Amino acid sequence: MTTIEIPADMELVYEYPKSLTEAYMHYCPGCTHGVIHRLVAEVLDELDVREKTIGIAPVGCSVLAYYYFDVDMAEAAHGRAPAMATGLKRVSPDKVVFTYQGDGDLASIGIAEIIYAANRGEMFTTIFVNNAIYGMTGGQMAPTTLPGQKTTSSPTGRDVETAGWPMKVAELLAVLPGSAYITRQAVLDVPGIRRTKKALKLAFQAQLEGLGFSMVEILSTCSTNWHMGPAEALEWAKEHMVPYYPLGDTKVSDGVRALMESK
Amino acid sequence: MIMTKELWEGNAAIAEAAICAGVEAFFGYPITPQTEVLEHFSKRLPEEGRVFLQAESEVASINMVYGAACAGARVMTSSSSPGVSLMQEGISYIACSEVPAVVTNIMRGGPGLGNVQPAQGDYFQAVKSAGHGDYHMIALAASSVQEAIDLMVLAFDLADKYRTVVIFIADGAIGQMMEPAEMPPLRPVRPPEERVAWALTGAKGREHNIITSLYLGAENLEQVNLRLQAKLKKIAANEVRWQEYSTEDADFLLVAFGTVGRICQTVVREARAQGMKVGLVRPITLWPFPSARIAELAGRVKGILTVEMNAGQMVEDVRLAVEGACPVRFYGRMGGVIPLPDDILPELDKLDAGVASGREVQS
Repeated sequence: MTTIEIPADMELVYEYPKSLTEAYMHYCPGCTHGVIHRLVAEVLDELDVREKTIGIAPVGCSVLAYYYFDVDMAEAAHGRAPAMATGLKRVSPDKVVFTYQGDGDLASIGIAEIIYAANRGEMFTTIFVNNAIYGMTGGQMAPTTLPGQKTTSSPTGRDVETAGWPMKVAELLAVLPGSAYITRQAVLDVPGIRRTKKALKLAFQAQLEGLGFSMVEILSTCSTNWHMGPAEALEWAKEHMVPYYPLGDTKVSDGVRALMESK
Repeated sequence: MIMTKELWEGNAAIAEAAICAGVEAFFGYPITPQTEVLEHFSKRLPEEGRVFLQAESEVASINMVYGAACAGARVMTSSSSPGVSLMQEGISYIACSEVPAVVTNIMRGGPGLGNVQPAQGDYFQAVKSAGHGDYHMIALAASSVQEAIDLMVLAFDLADKYRTVVIFIADGAIGQMMEPAEMPPLRPVRPPEERVAWALTGAKGREHNIITSLYLGAENLEQVNLRLQAKLKKIAANEVRWQEYSTEDADFLLVAFGTVGRICQTVVREARAQGMKVGLVRPITLWPFPSARIAELAGRVKGILTVEMNAGQMVEDVRLAVEGACPVRFYGRMGGVIPLPDDILPELDKLDAGVASGREVQS
């Protein structure tokens, strides 16, 4: 990155987040992981917690997230990031801990770990990227694949009679007493991106205040495996995903409510 | 401080020894016959201001251990055979990531749900490592409550020294029996600000630390494997431990570990009372295995009898060590049946008769 002097009559209003490294991301063109990484990094910068943050990367497309976040990071086994985060946070209660997980990782193989972490009210934050497909393995049916959605392992479309229904994680975790702040957002347009950032900030603030477990589910796209252009994918997600996965907060504990009102 | 012997149940002693060794956190799941380990921790760790958490499964337990180990904390989990099977994925990740962790397995009868009787059927699992990929755990096997205490302390020190997984194994008999034993002095817990440089403590004034077991390039992963193998070689050279009884003039050698190793001390005495010069090697580290010493003794004895509470697992390592230098015979009981001296003595007679007649051919 080149550095330039800021002229005396100008003010710096926008810069590269300190919590992101300068490594080139491997994500496909049109992938929304890059946007979400940036939002998380901006929030860590704004809260001034980069130097005490520890992230856990999942198995999936964002498996290499540890190259991109300029914070201490560990790489978990598939689905086990919430268990790792639990162990890590319990012995480092003064640190800020987050897991970054996709839908296969969190909602299929790791559903037990996330439910129990939420139910125990573990003091970490989960960023759950839901794009309704297994991206890294090449477009198989995910726990969040929509009814009728075609994938390489549901070639005639997801049949809920045999494959079951898409997992509504934000609703599922909301009923658990240990969860403090659970919300579903989407990075499908600029207003959505701004709302997602606000939600991420609140989720990390809830952790810093020791209010309990927080998770931001983020509706996302997969141009490559949906076989669509990036713009078309954003529209498809709005048209098909948002109706099944309604946006908004599913859980705001009293403590988080007070935090929201104090801001 | 004057330490005195107290009456300790094996499982509680294992937990208390870990506390003395400075364990900062325990994550585990109840399973017979080791549940008392978890119960003891659930009472004592909060008393000491340390972390106890009953996890939702053994899968979660081992990954909580992985997370806490990444933070640079002294950490362990405990289970029994089926639970340890569930942990193999996590153990493989920990081994590749090179963070220190201690796992205990109070073995029960298998395979499957098996039963809750003492057994040694997890020798292969511990020694050959049941998780995927090339690695070994340091495997420590105790034959008494006192030795369990001593080995738990050693387990943490070895795990830290080599940044590796150490598995402590005992069977349900040692876990459940009560014996007089002495606890080591209570070591102070390492404060969080003194955690090691590689640990995930926040990238303050340094580059960010990454702990991973993912190396996408073939050459990269080969280099990691070569580094792991070099470390294992160093462990194998430095950390072999075993105990010998009456081997100086022995004509026949018993090889047995854990509870059976202890029973075989009686067999040595009784065989010698009957005029048969028998010695015993009791491996304490099952990996690294005392192969060199067994090979040396194999050149001096007429035959070796390996006794285990399984269908014949350690005997394979004995045969690898002996390399045909003398006949190696096996006697084992399964399902929780403990072989007693009266069962083992006739096996020594058979070995003797076979060697004398030339029938005991080399395996």
